Amino acid sequence: MLRIAIDKIDSLFDAIAEKQTLYIPVDREDGAAEYKKYESGMKMSNSLNTLRSAKDFFFPQTENLVEFKMEGKQIEVKDIREESEDFVIFGVRACDARSFSILDKVYLVDPVDSFYKNRRDHGVVVSMACTRPAETCFCSAFGIDPTAPEGDVSCWNDGSYIYFEANTEKGKAFVDSISSLLEDGDASSLENVKAETKRILSLLPLSNLSTDSFGGDKLNEYFNSEKWAELSESCIGCGTCTFVCPTCQCYDIKDFNTGNGIKRFRCWDSCMYSDFTKMAHGNPRISQLERFRQRFMHKLVYFPANNNGEFGCVGCGRCLSKCPISMNIVKVMKALEVK
Amino acid sequence: MNANDTLIPHIGVVTDIRIDTPDVKTFRVNAINADGTVGGKVFEHMPGQCAMLSIPGVGEAMFSITSSPTNKEFMEFSIKKCGCLTNWLHAMDVGQQITIRGPYGNAFPVETELKGKDLLFIAGGIGLAPLRSVINYVRDNRANYGDVQIVYGSRSMDDLVDYKEIIDEWMTDDGIEVNLTIDREQEGWDGHVGFVPNYVKELNPSLNKTVLICGPPIMIKFTLNGLKELGFTETQVYTTMELRMKCGVGKCGRCNIGNKYVCKDGPVFRFDELGELPDEY
Ligand SMILES: Cc1cc2nc3c(=O)[nH]c(=O)nc-3n(C[C@H](O)[C@H](O)[C@H](O)COP(=O)(O)OP(=O)(O)OC[C@H]3O[C@@H](n4cnc5c(N)ncnc54)[C@H](O)[C@@H]3O)c2cc1C
Ligand code: SF4
Ligand code: SF4
Ligand code: FES
Repeated sequence: MLRIAIDKIDSLFDAIAEKQTLYIPVDREDGAAEYKKYESGMKMSNSLNTLRSAKDFFFPQTENLVEFKMEGKQIEVKDIREESEDFVIFGVRACDARSFSILDKVYLVDPVDSFYKNRRDHGVVVSMACTRPAETCFCSAFGIDPTAPEGDVSCWNDGSYIYFEANTEKGKAFVDSISSLLEDGDASSLENVKAETKRILSLLPLSNLSTDSFGGDKLNEYFNSEKWAELSESCIGCGTCTFVCPTCQCYDIKDFNTGNGIKRFRCWDSCMYSDFTKMAHGNPRISQLERFRQRFMHKLVYFPANNNGEFGCVGCGRCLSKCPISMNIVKVMKALEVK
Repeated sequence: MNANDTLIPHIGVVTDIRIDTPDVKTFRVNAINADGTVGGKVFEHMPGQCAMLSIPGVGEAMFSITSSPTNKEFMEFSIKKCGCLTNWLHAMDVGQQITIRGPYGNAFPVETELKGKDLLFIAGGIGLAPLRSVINYVRDNRANYGDVQIVYGSRSMDDLVDYKEIIDEWMTDDGIEVNLTIDREQEGWDGHVGFVPNYVKELNPSLNKTVLICGPPIMIKFTLNGLKELGFTETQVYTTMELRMKCGVGKCGRCNIGNKYVCKDGPVFRFDELGELPDEY
């Protein structure tokens, strides 16, 4: 298997960054990890997951869609789209790597979102297998194997070497482009690494979380559950859970007057906000209960109903660690679960 | 890069503005052709479909295309004044350009389930807008449909949208029965007075009709209950839904009822389909 010694990883990053934009997870001063554009000398973070998910690369928090020039009664539409640059995201964890295929099911289905597709076409996802899953991890509940992450290229770390395996055409081209820095080597040590990761996984507090009782056929049963009142009671509607979530996909479209024309942009929005569905004649989601219910019904019931049973959560655990009132999808699942 | 993206709109020109009621105007929209001339339609549609109209910097919102697809010359929108964009549209003059994208959503099944049927249209207020597209489609393809009955009501005589067309064209057609009603007695009105749901019950339409309803949510609800009391089943009745929308294509996540996106899977639903969805609209 192709590999590189860990102490040579800097030279690999330098070589990649010479040809295209490279993003790697780095540790901030406060200890949290975030993706940064690589510059020589940066060290890759060893932490499990970045504070913000990797969805920004394909679905950024804000982006301009189109511009208008207004003159008298006339309007000129300016298509400002440009072909994205090629870029590489290195070290994406298995949960975030899966989140892209979930976002694809929204943005790449007809009519294709050209803004998303443009970035998707030009981005190479290099994922990294996990070795120390955390207490907030429950990706395996959603059928994700953190020892076999998806992506254009999958990587494994055995403590001495990083191993590479290409999964797609784009991934093959990427591995070819760095092959002069890689060596062919024995990968048998990875079996022990994977086995150890699986052992840790089985001991984690959320290892027995089951999705069996959820899915598209439970629509009215769960919608009408009496549990929502208690579950949503303390939710302050801050939207944090939706912003950190790698699979939350909702957006708003707004106009901005630059003084020299109008820019139309889209930005992340949240179903947890009270004006999300507000209309002239009323609001179908009148209290936080309905808004809270929407977020979890979408991930556990509506999304699977429309996507052959696939759930809209990847068990990354971000909403577990970030919600100010410690509410999260695991608590919701455990409370609703009909055995 | 894809040549087109539905979020990047076309330009339309407002070529006629008709004052329907104190708060509804009907706007005629034409395309700008490659040679710079103004005429024809920006795109084709089917009855029940909608379009996103906008004045950049003011707002963008969804409206039913109220003209019939059989009208090859222009598209029309009947718009009620109720906020930022709609106020602006009401204040503009002929010749103004707007942005337009679409068509969005499904349509009334005029070429399938509705074909050959006796049709009963029930509308309240601005709710006539999407049904007018179907009514004129049926009038232009008369041989494909049975009898047509239209029950339409508004607050007052002055609030009936498309009044002239109803009197001059629909009422003079063979095989079309039009029943108008207003909420309260008014000088100069010798027609029916009373709310739409009650009027429908009084009219006691025959049970073989296929029904299309549109109006304020409360009117739809009472009318449906009334129809059920008369013996109609949910599989005979269609309606069109209105939820907050931004993208129009099932991606911005805003307009769902359960797992259905009203912008894409709707806005037209049959009541038995709607009955399977959570009650959140
Ligand atoms: C499928 C569909 C078809 C439709 N067809 C028609 C039609 O044929 N004719 C027609 O007249 N209308 C139609 N509508 C309704 C139309 O889209 C709305 O009336 C329109 O969006 C109003 O836009 P506006 O900018 O004028 O109002 P806005 O300025 O957006 O305000 C309208 C009201 O909404 C509330 N609101 C909106 N945004 C916010 C916010 N961010 N925060 C707080 N409150 C807010 C306010 O209470 C305000 O009073 C249709 C809607 C849908 C979904
Ligand atoms: S719902 Fe929570 S655990 Fe699931 S993908 Fe989103 S942030 Fe991660
Ligand atoms: S992070 Fe917690 S409090 Fe904030 S919206 Fe989500 S569930 Fe509610
Ligand atoms: S309007 Fe965006 S999902 Fe329906």
